[in-house]
Amino acid sequence: MTTVVIVGAGPAGLAAADSALRAGVEVTLLDASPQPGGQFHRMLPTAYAATHPERVQHGWRAFDRLRRRVLDHPRCTWWPETTVWAIEPGPRVHVVRGLVDGVGRARYVLAPDALILATGAHDRVLPFPGWQLPGVFTAGAAQALAKGERVAVGDRVVVAGSGPFLLPVTAALLEAGSRVLGVFEANVASTVLRGWGSRPWEVAGKAGELLGYATRLARHRVPYRMGRTVIAARGADRVEEVVLARLRADWSVVPGSERTLAVDAVCVGHGFSPQVELAVAAGCELTGAGFVVVGEGQRTSVPGVYAAGEITGIAGAPSAAAEGRVAGWHAAGGAALGEVALRRALRAKAFARRLARAHPIGAGWPSWLQPDTIVCRCEETTFAALSAAAVDPSMMDDRALRLATRAGLGPCQGRMCGPTIAELTQSRPTHRRPIAQPIRLGELAEQPHSFPKES
Amino acid sequence: MSARRIPGWQDRTGRVDRPLWITVDGERVEGIAGQSLAGVLLAAGRSSWRRTESGAPRGVFCGIGACFDCLITVDGERDVRACRRPAFDGAVVHTQERG
Repeated sequence: MTTVVIVGAGPAGLAAADSALRAGVEVTLLDASPQPGGQFHRMLPTAYAATHPERVQHGWRAFDRLRRRVLDHPRCTWWPETTVWAIEPGPRVHVVRGLVDGVGRARYVLAPDALILATGAHDRVLPFPGWQLPGVFTAGAAQALAKGERVAVGDRVVVAGSGPFLLPVTAALLEAGSRVLGVFEANVASTVLRGWGSRPWEVAGKAGELLGYATRLARHRVPYRMGRTVIAARGADRVEEVVLARLRADWSVVPGSERTLAVDAVCVGHGFSPQVELAVAAGCELTGAGFVVVGEGQRTSVPGVYAAGEITGIAGAPSAAAEGRVAGWHAAGGAALGEVALRRALRAKAFARRLARAHPIGAGWPSWLQPDTIVCRCEETTFAALSAAAVDPSMMDDRALRLATRAGLGPCQGRMCGPTIAELTQSRPTHRRPIAQPIRLGELAEQPHSFPKES
Repeated sequence: MSARRIPGWQDRTGRVDRPLWITVDGERVEGIAGQSLAGVLLAAGRSSWRRTESGAPRGVFCGIGACFDCLITVDGERDVRACRRPAFDGAVVHTQERG
């Protein structure tokens, strides 16, 4: 029987599994977390034994039905706490199973007929002075802690960055009992309105959701300001205050508009970076913007490898699910899809374009940086060091520049700073990581099991 | 003030708390079953548990395992992402320094 391996059990991966199972194939669904759902449907830990998860989870009932249908399916093998660390041509998928970053996890090699990558995205955060201080979180971290662990990151919180994602994050913070002092969208109102404005019916499904968030912000008297952002965080051993400033359309600071605000947490997100390391490992072609190129049926440039969700373009959960359905069906060898599924996937693309237009990253953001601002968090490379290296003629190639400044070479392997360094040094971002996820040497030396077992 | 866990009796999800204890550099810290190590540490009022090469404190940043800021030593295993490692009763945790 045809076998399909799906990496990532978020909205795209779960939908892909559901549709591949409908097409009649054998599915192995992998995720690094103990539970399915990804970041969007982040579930409470089983040990919490929550009786009302629907009170904090968006679209809980539909998600709950889907996850049961997929995970309980006789042709579905569900592997939680599974890390894919390499992909070889074939595709041959190398995984370790067990506690994250643990020693002695079990190694497996999977050789499916088709592979679907649905690895999602993480927050992109632009650097600013003090962003490395404890108490500065990504917007996604604040949401994950509130929704997934019932931990509020602070009592006096500022949310800043760009994009509609700041709204559900704020809602999660308020629900967890934090006081949110303000939500600061860096783009000016005219950029946002122009981006979303034309042909609003394409985003009609989102209007109700946005209204819901607006109501909640109003009820808690949380100001939402556009053309403003956090340009610095200050504190001794943790964040104690932020500097807010008014921005022009290109995100350069309006001089004299700075003011400080006492906070105990800051949540920042300037958009999302697709987690493309596995797609790169598999040899998939990327767009100039760093997304996986997909053609008809969500096929990547590599035969037998499909991609769905945020790694093909940032468009949110409903779009990710629509793409997942298409990918799952085609990967399973299903016949041409009905018009409804295709129309949904097309609408998803339109939404992604509009989102990118309404919430772009302004080119003037580097004006927030000071010489001693840390750009690469892992290696503590400063803006001054990076700028000096970028104009040094002996460092004309990207590799020399990275080796000299260490920027992007720390444990996160450039996940946080990669696009930023590429932009600041006008070089190309590197995604090449022979080992996509950390694995211990002892595990590497271990003889892998093959799955399914050869009969 | 800093991070805190929503008290069980106030939590609308109707969760049931089963307490657990870990030690952090020898000090006992209480958490509840199901939390990540990062969640336990944050809720216990700690905002950092690692020092970088320059000596700067770090704790949680991305919260989903991408940034590697929250690395910690658990039962002798170094470089474990605290935001993704479930806490368990009796875990012996040490803060770490790079180098």
